[in-house]
Amino acid sequence: MIVRILGEGQFRVDDVATAELNRLDTELEAAVNHDDEAAFAAALDGLLGQVRAQGSPLPADTLEPSDLILPHQDSSMDEVRKLLTDDGLIPG
Amino acid sequence: MGVMKRVSLVFKAKANKALDKMEDPRETLDYSYQRQLELLTKVRRGVADVATSRKRVELQMNQLQQQANKLEDQARKALGMGREDLARAALERKASAQSQLNDLQVQYAQLQGEEEKLTVASQRLQSKVDAFRTRKETIKATYTAAEAQTRINEAFSGISEEMGDVGMAIQRAEDKTAQMQARAGAIDELMASGALDDAIGGRRDDIQSELDMMAASSDVERELSRLKGEITASAPKQLEGPGVEANGTSQATQSQPQSAQGVQDQGGPYAPPPPAQAQPAGIPVSDLPAAEPQDGEGS
Repeated sequence: MIVRILGEGQFRVDDVATAELNRLDTELEAAVNHDDEAAFAAALDGLLGQVRAQGSPLPADTLEPSDLILPHQDSSMDEVRKLLTDDGLIPG
Repeated sequence: MGVMKRVSLVFKAKANKALDKMEDPRETLDYSYQRQLELLTKVRRGVADVATSRKRVELQMNQLQQQANKLEDQARKALGMGREDLARAALERKASAQSQLNDLQVQYAQLQGEEEKLTVASQRLQSKVDAFRTRKETIKATYTAAEAQTRINEAFSGISEEMGDVGMAIQRAEDKTAQMQARAGAIDELMASGALDDAIGGRRDDIQSELDMMAASSDVERELSRLKGEITASAPKQLEGPGVEANGTSQATQSQPQSAQGVQDQGGPYAPPPPAQAQPAGIPVSDLPAAEPQDGEGS
């Protein structure tokens, strides 16, 4: 499947790696819900590292939409919260 | 549902909303392409803005570095003149300039990072826009209403996701640039107001003026003793022109009483000394006995 890291581009990630991504993603979500900045940073770091390590970058001229989208490397929890709302960070 | 999926759904919803606005799918393609070109312009401008901001920080960093060097130089000079207090003051200011410099270096690195990210984003968007244009032309050329919508949707959601991403990258870079400019502006203002004057090489620099004053006063001392030498030398000059110029130093002044005594001890009436004697003794030798003995001789 295709995963985008915002600010970095898209990666094709083998479905086998998905389980680990989902586990980290659940941690990320829990951290956001509990307002736990340290856990949030650790989970985001783990997620991005996993995608970069397991995935291969897509060529720049593909027009395929991503299945999953991950926040920026140095996103704050607040930014991620805004990302999750329809009229949040993503411009028109 | 996890964060990753939710974010991707938000992106998709945005794309769909834009698609739904269009009656004719082909219209969507052209409209989107227009937006893509606008975004490309915007991201390129963003790269230029960050670069401008980075250069401004670079300039301030250079100024601070020069100031730190200058302060260290002042400290060295002050120590050389035995003024440890001044040297300490200079070094304290150097430390403050240095800490400003360190702060700026961190921000400079961040700006550089943003610039690189935006440059890459702009290149990636360019590739995608090119690909979209090709796809758009193909779809329009072989247009049949039945299949068009699906193909348009595919192309559209891919590019619209990229546009959302790039749009956010531009926003982030703009925020960082604005922060940086606010900071650079604050430093400029401090420099203009004189508050950071001494730390940033402003108009008045009290350490420098004290060093200058000390240097000037030692110049004054030197001048004074030179003039003193000239004055003492000028007395014999009236009587006996030559030899004066060479002796305008304090040494000559000191030697005067000695040689004067020597001559006086000899007592005797005035007689012009032979040149061999006059030279080692200096100016005074000839001049001392001049007045009195001559008078005595006359009476």
